Amino acid sequence: MSGTPKEPAPEGSAPILPEPSALDAATSPHLAVGTAGIGTAMRDVLVGLAPAAVMAVVLFGGRAAVHLAVAVAAAVATEALACRLRRRPTTVGDGSAALTGLLLALSLPVSLSPGATALGAVVAVGLGKAVFGGLGQNPFNPAMVGRAFLAACFPVAMTTWVEPAGLDGWSGATPLVAGDGGPVATAWQLLGGRVPGSLGETSGIALVAGGAFVLFRRAGDWRPTAGMLGAIAGIAALEAFIRGSAARGVVAHLGSGGALLGAFFIVTDPVTSPLARSGRWVFGALVGGIVMAIRLGGSYPEGVMYAVLLANAVVPLIDRLTAPRPLGGPMAPPSIVPAAALAVAPPGPPAETAP
Amino acid sequence: MIAALAALLGLGGRPATRRGVHPRGHKAELLELAIEDAPACQEVILPLQQHAGRPAVLTAKPRSELEVGDLVAEAEAAISARVHTPIAGRVVGPVAVTLSNGRRVTAVPVRAREPGEPLRFSEWRSGDWTVPGTNLLGPQAVVAAVQAAGVVGLGGAAFPTHLKLAPGGARPIDTLLVNGCECEPFLVSDARLLVEAAPVVLAGVELAARACGASRVLIAVEDDKPAAIAALRAAAKPPVEVVVVRTRYPMGAERVLIPAVLGREVPTTGYPTDVGVVVVNVGTAASIAQAALRERPLTHRLVTVAGPGVVRPAVLFTPLGVSLGSLIEACGGVTASARRVIAGGPMMGFTVTDLSAPLTKGTSGLVVLDDSSLASAAEGPCIRCGACLDVCPLHLAPTRIALAARTGRLDLFDRHHGLACCECGCCAFVCPAAIPLVQLIRAGKATARRTRRRAIEAAAVAAIFEHGGA
Repeated sequence: MSGTPKEPAPEGSAPILPEPSALDAATSPHLAVGTAGIGTAMRDVLVGLAPAAVMAVVLFGGRAAVHLAVAVAAAVATEALACRLRRRPTTVGDGSAALTGLLLALSLPVSLSPGATALGAVVAVGLGKAVFGGLGQNPFNPAMVGRAFLAACFPVAMTTWVEPAGLDGWSGATPLVAGDGGPVATAWQLLGGRVPGSLGETSGIALVAGGAFVLFRRAGDWRPTAGMLGAIAGIAALEAFIRGSAARGVVAHLGSGGALLGAFFIVTDPVTSPLARSGRWVFGALVGGIVMAIRLGGSYPEGVMYAVLLANAVVPLIDRLTAPRPLGGPMAPPSIVPAAALAVAPPGPPAETAP
Repeated sequence: MIAALAALLGLGGRPATRRGVHPRGHKAELLELAIEDAPACQEVILPLQQHAGRPAVLTAKPRSELEVGDLVAEAEAAISARVHTPIAGRVVGPVAVTLSNGRRVTAVPVRAREPGEPLRFSEWRSGDWTVPGTNLLGPQAVVAAVQAAGVVGLGGAAFPTHLKLAPGGARPIDTLLVNGCECEPFLVSDARLLVEAAPVVLAGVELAARACGASRVLIAVEDDKPAAIAALRAAAKPPVEVVVVRTRYPMGAERVLIPAVLGREVPTTGYPTDVGVVVVNVGTAASIAQAALRERPLTHRLVTVAGPGVVRPAVLFTPLGVSLGSLIEACGGVTASARRVIAGGPMMGFTVTDLSAPLTKGTSGLVVLDDSSLASAAEGPCIRCGACLDVCPLHLAPTRIALAARTGRLDLFDRHHGLACCECGCCAFVCPAAIPLVQLIRAGKATARRTRRRAIEAAAVAAIFEHGGA
C-alpha cells in the first residue's frame, strides 16, 4: 500500500490491535493536501522578486543594495516588535514582513535617503499590517501604505528619478513624464531597464520573468494580473486610436512606471484582493483603470500606488457583489414565526394599532 | 462559446465538475482485492438505531433463540428501519453501546448457538437474478419487501430505503440515479461489488426503478474504476445507462452528482425528489434485490478495511453487529505506527477509539491512518487565498462561514448560507493555513439549528400569550 514499508506480524503471532491509548480522535476530514502552508507562497513570491532585486543592484549600484537591505531589515524588525507587543508568537518566519520590505524598497527611487526607506518600512508593517491584527487582517497592501506615507513626507525626493548608472540609457524624467512632446523610450529600453524609475520598476524582463514564476507556482492568482494589464492595454489602445501619434502607446504604458511590478507582485496579494475569482477580475481591471485615469487625466505621473490603495478600499464591496451563488439557490431567509404561531394569531391588524 | 470562455476565465467560479478535490485514494492497488468472507463470529451486537430517523423497537425476548434472519426490532416510527440477526443464537438482553458516530444507543447482543455455517459471499451472489414481470412483483410489493428486510442506504447516510422508493411527493420521479462513485479515498467496496456481483446490483436497479416509477435509469461510476465500468457495461441492458463521471471527491454526494450527470440543481433546502430524481447507492441496490428476490433481510454488508496502518487491506463480506476490532484483526491487525481508526472514509468518517463498537448498516469502511498520513500542520491566519471557494462543490464561501461560526455571528452565518454546507471537508483539506474550516462550520450549523429552534419555541409561546386569551 502506497509503497510505505510495513512491519509484517511475526509468524504465528496474533494480529496486533491498537492500544486504545495509542489512538487519537479528531473530526473529519482526516487528510490534508499537505502543502507546507502560507510560508511557501511567501517564499515563492520572494524568489519571484529576486530578478528585479538583482537588476536594481546592477542598474543602480551599491546604493540600491543598501535600500533593499535596510527596508527588509526594518520591516522584519517591526514585525518582530509588533508580535512582542501583542504577546503573540513571532510571525517573522512566514516571510510576509520580508516581502513587504522588499516590495517597498523596489517601489522607491534610489535617490531617497536610506533613513527614509527604513521609516517607510516601519510604517508599512506597523501601520499597514500590525495595527489591524497582523497577516490576513490588513485591508490595504502594506508596502503601498508605506510608500504612500513616504510620498506624503518626502514629495520631492519621491519624484526625483535618477538614470541608471553606468549604462547608456535614458536621461531625464521618467518616460511617463517625458511622453508629452519629449523623446519616447523604445520598447527595448523599457524592457531592459535603461530608463529612470524606481529600483525595481525599470526592468520589465526581470519583472515578467519573476512574475511568471510566481503565477506558475500558484503563489498568486493570475486573474488580477490579467485584469490589470488588460485594462491598461485596452485603455492605452483606445488612447492611441483617438490621439494617434501623440499617445505613448500600449507598450510604453505596460512597461513603464510600476505597472509590471504592481500587476505581478502587488495586486496578486491575496489578503488585499477579493475572495472570488470573478471578484479578482473586477479588482485587477479596477486597478488598471485607475492607473490609466491618473496617468492620462491626473497631474501625477505615476498612479499604481494610489490605484492599488483605492481598489483595496472597495474590496469588501467587490466581495459582496461577487459572492458565489450557492448550488441549488440561496438558503431561504430564516423564518422564526412558525405556522403554529400564525394559526393562533388572529387575522387583522395587531392590537396596538386598533383604536 | 461565451459560457466556455467565462468558465475558463473563472467568471462564474470554477465549473462544477472541476470543483472538489482529488485526495490520493490509493485505489489502483485496492481495486485488485477480491471480496473475502469475514471469519465466523461468536457474537454480534445489534444496535436498534443504525439508520436515520427513530430507533427500532425491540421485539426479540431476552434469552429467546433466534434463527438466521429473524426479526430483532420492529420499525414503528414513520422514519425507521427493522433490524434482523445475521446469525442463529440466543438473545442476551439489551445493552447500551456507543456507536462509531458517537451516538449512545440500545443494542441487542446475540450469542452464536453453535459454530454454524455463516452466509458466504459466493452464496449471497449466486443464482439467477432475472427479475420477474410486474404482474408477479409490482411496485408496492417491491417497496413492501424492502421495508420488511430493513434495507437502508448503504452509502453512509443510512436513510430507510422504502421511504426513498415511495417518496409520495408532489413531483413525479422520472430518473433513478444509481450511485457507484465511491469517491472517498481508500474505499473500494462498491467497485468490487460491481466487478463481482453486477447481476445482483442490476436486478436491484431494475426493481428500484419499478418501485419509484422512474423511466430513465443511470448508473454513475467514477473513471478511476475501469473494471467496474466494464462489468456493468457487459451486464447492463436498456433502459439502464452506465455513465462514467470524472474522479473527483465528493462526486458521490448526491447534490454534486445530480448536477454533474443530469444538469439539475437540487434546491438547497430541498431533496433530489424535488427535481424528479431518486438516488440509491449500488450496495443498496444489491440489498433491494436480495430483499425482493431472495427474501433476505439486510444482515450483511461489504466493508473495506484499508489504509497505511492496516497490515493486509481487504474487502470483507461481514455480518452486521461484529466488533470493528474483529474486522481489523481479520486483516492482520495494525502496524506499529497506526494512529487513527476511522469508520467510513477519511474525508467524512468518524474516529473510533473503542474497537469493541459494533459494525452498523451505514459503515462502508474502516480506514487506519498512521502518523505520516495524518494532517499535522499548525493553524495559521486566513490570507484570503480563496482556495476554499474554488473547491467548494456547493459554491459556498467556507472561510466566511467558518469565521462567522467562530465568532458566533449567526446573522453572518445565515448570510453566507452556512446551513447549506454538506460537510464534505474539501475546504479544510485544501486550506494552506490549516484552518479547520468544515469543523467550525459543523459546530456553527449545530448552534444555528439550536438557536432557531429556541426562537421558534419562544415565538410560539409569545403568540399564545399575546393572542391566546383574546
